[in-house]
Amino acid sequence: MNLAIRDIRHNLGRFALTILGVGTLLMVVMAMGGIYRGLIEEGTLLVDRMAADVWVVQRNTRGPIAEISRVPRNLVDRVAAVPGLESPREFVMHTIQRENNGKRLRMVVVGLSWPTDKGEWIPLIAGRALARNHYEMIADQSLGLRLGQVVRLGKDNYTVVGLTKSMTSWGGDGTAFFTLTDAQAIQFDLPGEAVRLERQARRARSEQQDASRAQPSLLERAFWSSSNIPALGPPMVSAVVARIAPGADPDAVVRTISGWSDVSVITHQGQQDLILKGAVERSRRQLGLFRLILTVVSALVMTLIVYTLTLDKLHDLAMLKLIGAPKRVILGMIVQQAILLGMLGFVTARLLAIKLFPLFPRRIVLKTDDLVQLGVVVFGISVLASGLGVWRALRVSPNEALTR
Amino acid sequence: MLMTIAIQTEALTKVYGSGNTEVVALRDAALTIRRGEVVALLGPSGAGKSTFLTAIGLINPPTSGTITIGGKLVMDGPDPRTNLPKFRRQHIGYVFQQANLIPFLTARENVQIAMEIDGWSGRASRRRALELLEYLGVLDRAEFYPSALSGGQQQRVAAARALANEPSVILADEPTAALDSHRGRQVMDLFRKVAHEKGAAAVVVTHDHRALDVFDTIYEMEDGTVRPASSLLSHAHP
Repeated sequence: MNLAIRDIRHNLGRFALTILGVGTLLMVVMAMGGIYRGLIEEGTLLVDRMAADVWVVQRNTRGPIAEISRVPRNLVDRVAAVPGLESPREFVMHTIQRENNGKRLRMVVVGLSWPTDKGEWIPLIAGRALARNHYEMIADQSLGLRLGQVVRLGKDNYTVVGLTKSMTSWGGDGTAFFTLTDAQAIQFDLPGEAVRLERQARRARSEQQDASRAQPSLLERAFWSSSNIPALGPPMVSAVVARIAPGADPDAVVRTISGWSDVSVITHQGQQDLILKGAVERSRRQLGLFRLILTVVSALVMTLIVYTLTLDKLHDLAMLKLIGAPKRVILGMIVQQAILLGMLGFVTARLLAIKLFPLFPRRIVLKTDDLVQLGVVVFGISVLASGLGVWRALRVSPNEALTR
Repeated sequence: MLMTIAIQTEALTKVYGSGNTEVVALRDAALTIRRGEVVALLGPSGAGKSTFLTAIGLINPPTSGTITIGGKLVMDGPDPRTNLPKFRRQHIGYVFQQANLIPFLTARENVQIAMEIDGWSGRASRRRALELLEYLGVLDRAEFYPSALSGGQQQRVAAARALANEPSVILADEPTAALDSHRGRQVMDLFRKVAHEKGAAAVVVTHDHRALDVFDTIYEMEDGTVRPASSLLSHAHP
C-alpha cells in the first residue's frame, strides 16, 4: 500500500492546487531558460539561415548584425576575385520604425542582392520568394502583415509576397526582406524638401570653390540628384557575403581578405560568436542569474510545502510509528510525496508553457536538453526539499499519537 | 487450562524531570498477566495508569525495572533489548480513547497497513483485514474513510487494527470514554471475546465501573504502584 498516494488521493484538491502553484513557479524558471535560448536563436537565426561562410565588413567592426557596418558596393567585385569564394553578394541590414495604418511598424530591413539572391533560402510559411526587382517584400508574421498586403515605406508601396515565422532579430523585431535597391531606398528616403535643401547647400558650397567659377558646368552638376554625381558614389552596403567553394581552404580565403586594410573578414562561426559574446552576452548572464535565483526560490518554496505537509501529518506519522512502522515507511511516504510534487509540478509547468509561451511577444525556445536538465534539477530539489520534512518526521515520538 | 505468562513487569519505575521538578509516575510497579486474561486497571487521574500502559506498550521507556513479554525480556531499565518497532507491530495491539485511525486510509486500509508494514502481501493482508472487520461487525463500512464512521465504528476498526497481527498483548486506554454506555459495553465485550478466543492478554485502563464484570482481574493504581483491587474483585468475571 502506497501511503503517499493514499494521502494525495484523500487530499486531492489541496494537492492539485499545490502542484499548480509549484508548476507555475517552475514554468517561470523554464521561461528564463527559454527566453535565453530564444535570444540566441533570434540573434543567430539570420546568420545561420543565410548560408554565408564569409562576411566582409567595415574594418574593425563586428559586422552588420552586432553593430553598424558600411562598405562600398563595389567591394563585391573584389570579393568575387578571391580564389576559393563563390556566390558573393551585397547585404544590407538596418532597423526602421514607421507608421502603418496608424500602428507602429518596427522592422529589421534586410536587402537581398537581386537577382543573385531572391531569398529562396528564407523558410516561408506562405507565399513565395521575391520575383521582381522592386516593390515586393517578404515579412515575418510577427510584424502583423498579411500576404498580399500593401505597405507604404518611404515614397513607394511594397506588396507582401511571402511570410516567415520567427524570423526576428536579437532585439525581437520582425525581419522583412527586400531587394537591395529597395532596402536602400527605404533606408535613405528623405522628404522632397530635405532633398531640395541638400541640393541648395551643395550648390552654395560649390559656388565658393574656384573650380566652380572656372567650370560652370561643375556648378550645374552640384544641383543634380546625388546618383548622377560620380564624386558622391552610390550608397554603401552593410557587408558583402560569400560562400567558400567546395574543396577550397577557408583559412587561405580568410588570410587573403585579412590582408586588405579597408575591411575585416568574419567567418560564419566568428559572426555567431560576435553576436553571442556581444549583444546577447549581458542578457544571457542577467537571465542566468535570475534563473538561478528562481531555482533557489523554488527549492525553498518546495521545502516549505513538504515541511508543512509533514507537520499536518505528524499525528498520523506518530500513529504509524506506534503500530511499528519502520523508518523506511515514514521516510518513503515523505520523499515520494516530495518527488511526486516536483515531477507533477514539472509536468504542469511544461503544459502551462505549451499553452502560454506562444502568447509572449518574444520567442521562448524550450530545448529537450534544457528540459531534461531542469527535470533532473527539480528531481534533486524534490529530494532535498524532503530533507526538512524527513528530519521532523524522524523526531516524532510514538507517544505523540496519544496526545490528541 | 495451562495459562502462559503474557506480560511480566518487575520493579517498574518511571521518573519524569529531576531535582525540584522530579515526579515519580511509577514506583516499583509489578504485575503478571497471563495469555487470555482480561485485566482492568483502575485508579484516579495521575495515579500512573497511562504511564504504566505506555511503558508496557514499549512507547515510553521506564527509568528502571524490567518488562518481559511472551517470555522475552524486552526492556531492562530504559534500554531496549530488542527491535522495539518490530516487536510492537508483531506482539502488541493498541486501542485508545480516540480511535486514532489514519484519516487518509479507509477502514480496511487502516487495518491492512498494520499487516503490510509487517511484511504481509497486499492480497493476504486485504483478506485478513476484511475478515477482521466482519468479525467486528463493520464489514459494510470497510471502504469508508474514518470521517464517515461513527465513534463506535471507529473504535471497532481500531480494535481490528490492534488485532491484525495476532498480538499476544492488547493495550487499551479508556477505549469506551468516547462511546455511549451501550457501545462501550459492546467494545468491552469485544475485548473479552478476542482475548479468550485468540489467547491474547488484554490490559484495559478504564473509569467505567459499569463494565467491570467483563474483566478476569482488576488492578488498582495509586501513586505509581499497582495492587489488586480487592474491594472490587467481586465485580470481576468469575
